[in-house]
Amino acid sequence: MSEDTSISKKKFMEELRRYQKGSVTRRHFLGVTGLGAASAVMGTALPGLRANPAYAASHIGDRVVLATWPNYHDQANFDMFTEQTGAFMQVNVFGSNEEMLAKLQAGGSGWDVYVPTNYTITTYVEEGLIEPLDVSKLPNYDASAFDPRFADAGTVDGVLYAVPKNWGTTGFALNTSHSGGNGMDSWKDFFDRTMDDFSGRTMVHDYQLTTIGAALNYHGYSFNSIDEGELADAEKLLIDVKPHLFAISSDYQPAMRSGDAWMTICWTGDGKQLNTDIPDIEYILGKEGGELWSDYYAIPKGAPHTEAAYALINFMLDPEVNAREVLAHGYPVADSRTNALLPEAMLNDPILYPAAELLNALEFGAAATLTDPGRAELMARFKSA
Amino acid sequence: MTQRARNWLLVAPAGAWLLVMLVLPLSVVFVFSFGERAPSGGYVPAFSLEQYANLPARFTAFKNTLMLAPLGTVAALLIAYPLAYQLAVRTSDKWKTLLLVLVIVPFWTSILIRSYAWIFILGGRGIPALLDIVGIEGVRLINTPFAVLVGIIYGYLPLMVFPIYVSLDRLDKRLLEASSDLGAPPLTTFLKVTLPMSISGIATGCMLVFILLMGEFLIPALLGGGKVFFVGNALVDLFLQSRNWAYGSAVAVMLIVIMLVTVTLYMRLISRLNVQHDDAPLM
Repeated sequence: MSEDTSISKKKFMEELRRYQKGSVTRRHFLGVTGLGAASAVMGTALPGLRANPAYAASHIGDRVVLATWPNYHDQANFDMFTEQTGAFMQVNVFGSNEEMLAKLQAGGSGWDVYVPTNYTITTYVEEGLIEPLDVSKLPNYDASAFDPRFADAGTVDGVLYAVPKNWGTTGFALNTSHSGGNGMDSWKDFFDRTMDDFSGRTMVHDYQLTTIGAALNYHGYSFNSIDEGELADAEKLLIDVKPHLFAISSDYQPAMRSGDAWMTICWTGDGKQLNTDIPDIEYILGKEGGELWSDYYAIPKGAPHTEAAYALINFMLDPEVNAREVLAHGYPVADSRTNALLPEAMLNDPILYPAAELLNALEFGAAATLTDPGRAELMARFKSA
Repeated sequence: MTQRARNWLLVAPAGAWLLVMLVLPLSVVFVFSFGERAPSGGYVPAFSLEQYANLPARFTAFKNTLMLAPLGTVAALLIAYPLAYQLAVRTSDKWKTLLLVLVIVPFWTSILIRSYAWIFILGGRGIPALLDIVGIEGVRLINTPFAVLVGIIYGYLPLMVFPIYVSLDRLDKRLLEASSDLGAPPLTTFLKVTLPMSISGIATGCMLVFILLMGEFLIPALLGGGKVFFVGNALVDLFLQSRNWAYGSAVAVMLIVIMLVTVTLYMRLISRLNVQHDDAPLM
């Protein structure tokens, strides 16, 4: 095979992987690959899914499967990992912790590494779905470097199951060019304006924790409430708001960028990415409260490529690699070694590091919300209403 | 080997396939539908009718499906029939192959990607932007039932075109000449000859499209923005988000029952139409 074709193959696979992990839109993907050409190229490119035979002797195997969230990695790091180890990265993108849990409960997910959020880890331990981590295989993990607020949830009953990836907040993004340049500061504004001048322009997550949580915050209740009466109030609000929504989806960047949506429930890094590209889009924390969260790297029980899983987690914990991740996705890390490598401007960014009084109003998600049938069924009723 | 043994051997592969891929899974779904949700999601065995009693909570999903599936089927039929007629009756053999290939070409690309393309066509920078130029402002298409209907018709049209095309292609064109020689105006010829003789194609096409539409979830999810909810979406949600396998099974059983009833009624109707058509020459 000539050098030329292998370069275009590589380029195509890069674009495909960027698309798979959600960092580029389908439009971009189709644009750069060519819709008609894509199917033809796929045929020749598929052998490219296999790692370079030169590395095949490497002990970690030829691939590693990562289940993660949208817009959450730097492709350059993935490429470097593949170059160094010969293991091809296969990335699955999810919209909610419930979806991840459901896949693991059903069995045979095929994942090697996944990215659970703080409040879900105890459930994974109780259900026997998560592998305890062998720290000796993670030389880049230095427990003392991490802010315990965002690292503690990885340890359950004294056993380390997960190491911190990023932390962040859940607020909302607002395109101020549609609000007369004026900001908003509360979930009350978020929902009231949705039913008024933002009708048909607002998105909420397809995720019970944040969407129900925001509706609970609107009423001044705890983000984590599982109280029947409070949930009933939240449900009424959501049902009333539903006809005014643009969409219920956790993939909100494309619609915010195209201008179809003007406001959406939003995570830190998406807020940062949107704000960087479109300065009119502001990231706002509701003053009533909201979510403070931390995500972790973990290995599910029965992971098919355990060695590759450890290699990947260890690679991502390298402060240099981690710093590139932060620069690409805009989610803060709790690792002081990584922060030492980040530019001053990033460490002072109000989107990544909100003012203390705003942070104080936020809550970590509670384990009960993940399994509570009341919240699960409320979300399902809201969607099917 | 006896004839009997040979017969058994011949049906064994298909029988085993049906048993493993259809009968067993359906039995599991049926059994699960009487169970309960495990505390952290999943299934625990029980015998309760609670899941069935709770079915009205998905009324809207059933309503959306039962409205948009037949509507989509009829709309696809109305669009597909003239196309199939043109292809089978009016087009010369030279063009026929090319035009047929054009109908098939979309299948070379995944329905996911084709549906995604509609997000941009129907989104704010697509058709609404064009309408804006000619002075029609504020049109919103994406994430509406209309968008879902467009996606459905687009996605399923070829499935409707082919069976009708085949039935019309087999139609003996001399019958049309005979009809016109005997003084029938074109409309009468169409209604008395062409249409009855293509009824089997129409029946097959409608059945194919309708059954697939009843289980559809991708197009409503992409073009409905999570707001136009089909039973298929309710099922995805119950199994993959709220992890209520028991309730999900009950919803699935209900969907199967509705399909069985509608398809049975539909077959009766079609066979009656066919009987009338067979009787016609005797009159």
